[in-house]
Amino acid sequence: MSARLLAPVAGLGRAVLDAMAATGRVTIFAGSAVGHLFRPPIYFKEILYAALSIGYFSLPVVALTALFTGAALALQIYAGGARFSAEAVVPQIVAVGMVRELGPVLGGLMIAARVTSSIAAEIATMKVTEQIDALVTLSTHPMKYLSAPRILAATLVVPVLVGVGDVIGVFGGYLVGTLKLGFNAATYLHNTVDFLEFSDIASSLTKGAVFGFIAVTVACYYGMNSGRGALGVGNATKGSVQTAAVLILAANFVLTGLFFAA
Amino acid sequence: MIELRDIRKAFGPKQVLDGVDLKVETGESLVIIGGSGTGKSITIKCILGLVQPDSGTILLDGQDITKADRDAFLARFGMLFQGGALFDSMPVWQNIAFRLLRGPGRLPRAEARALAIEKLARVGLGPETADLYPAELSGGMQKRAGLARAIAADPEIIFFDEPTAGLDPIMAGVINRLIRDIVDEMGVTAITITHDMTTVRDVAHRVAMLHGGKIRWCGPVDAVETADDPYLDQFIHGRAEGPIATLR
Ligand SMILES: Nc1ncnc2c1ncn2[C@@H]1O[C@H](COP(=O)(O)OP(=O)(O)OP(=O)(O)O)[C@@H](O)[C@H]1O
Ligand SMILES: [Mg+2]
Repeated sequence: MSARLLAPVAGLGRAVLDAMAATGRVTIFAGSAVGHLFRPPIYFKEILYAALSIGYFSLPVVALTALFTGAALALQIYAGGARFSAEAVVPQIVAVGMVRELGPVLGGLMIAARVTSSIAAEIATMKVTEQIDALVTLSTHPMKYLSAPRILAATLVVPVLVGVGDVIGVFGGYLVGTLKLGFNAATYLHNTVDFLEFSDIASSLTKGAVFGFIAVTVACYYGMNSGRGALGVGNATKGSVQTAAVLILAANFVLTGLFFAA
Repeated sequence: MIELRDIRKAFGPKQVLDGVDLKVETGESLVIIGGSGTGKSITIKCILGLVQPDSGTILLDGQDITKADRDAFLARFGMLFQGGALFDSMPVWQNIAFRLLRGPGRLPRAEARALAIEKLARVGLGPETADLYPAELSGGMQKRAGLARAIAADPEIIFFDEPTAGLDPIMAGVINRLIRDIVDEMGVTAITITHDMTTVRDVAHRVAMLHGGKIRWCGPVDAVETADDPYLDQFIHGRAEGPIATLR
């Protein structure tokens, strides 16, 4: 009877332990991947290609996410601020909210949805069709050839994406602010620029780099450790997106604490 | 010379290899036969270090392979995977020239491409195949492209995992002769896995039959027909009745 009652708690405990064990394994994997980045041969073409597919081709989805989020944020702040006659702070709150939190977090989550899933599925498929084994027999280290270039590219390119997303998010707020809420265009921009500090932007870009690193490291880890068959690929993809999303949110909390808790 | 001593490998409760002892001389062509799922592919993956055996030693020219320099070791090998295992992110010629385009002894692109097209011709594929992607090839064409990749860098030791499976009889004949030629002309050491008795006759110097996780029978190819082993006899004549269970 008591075992039955405790089952949900035991399940929760098991889930937490599993998550911690997985995080440990991903960390070891990440260490090894980073090690490979600094030892030749270095596959520049792979890095370039990964940067294109992770960065450039993710621009539309990140831009749209940021635009709508910034716009909705402006509406919310205006409505909420009106309750204590603080409607005027819309530009400042949108700027801080977008740059410090929503830009990097939503950008990171979109990367997890778009990039983590595709890399995990690609590498997992390579694993189940023996392409990873084939790489090894052709004297090419899969870690060096597949994981390291993608991880490096993501770490460099996702901050840029987040930066672009921040700007577009602020622009979304600006559109709503000036077109719907009656803000003066020059004042809105002035308030935004004046209010933002260097540390806001630095934190945003740092988060971008960390989230990019997490998203793609997790993807490579799940891909390389995929089970067999189509089911294995499916599970690897699902697991990678889930883990990447949770780790990104957890890392965001830690980073926000580091940057702003003082 | 490749030597396997008492190799064991289990997947969960299933003991796939249960003490495999096998020797292949340099320049020799060994064919491994045996029922589906008996561990033939796993055996050659153990030699290449793609699968870690649970116990036992593998020697290459008398040296334990786990102590060898991995890059130098792998540079001596070519491998045709059972499923082809072509990289589907790149066109066929880049697959074949993969090793030639990378590493210390890399060739200029144009030269590597020309070499890839030459290897394609050896496996009966025209130059127009070079720029196709693996997904655009039929199963048998993928197999042959994989074969071209295995032999592209002129390795000393080549493993062929079912080189003629899925090919028409004429193409199978072409591939059998190709393997034979590579062994005879270039002194390559070859291990071929096959279910095809024509391949056994055309390619083998020696034949080993894997059954029950062990080498059940091993001997020169001429002795296969006359061998006094009920398992081998059942296998090569494809009989449903005999000591080998049909449910496995
Ligand atoms: N990664 C793995 N995990 C679990 N079991 C495996 C794995 N790889 C192979 N096996 C099992 O090992 C056994 C031998 O596999 P192997 O691929 O060597 O067979 P085979 O002799 O090459 O058969 P076939 O002629 O059908 O190719 C099979 O029963 C298979 O189920
Ligand atoms: Mg096999």
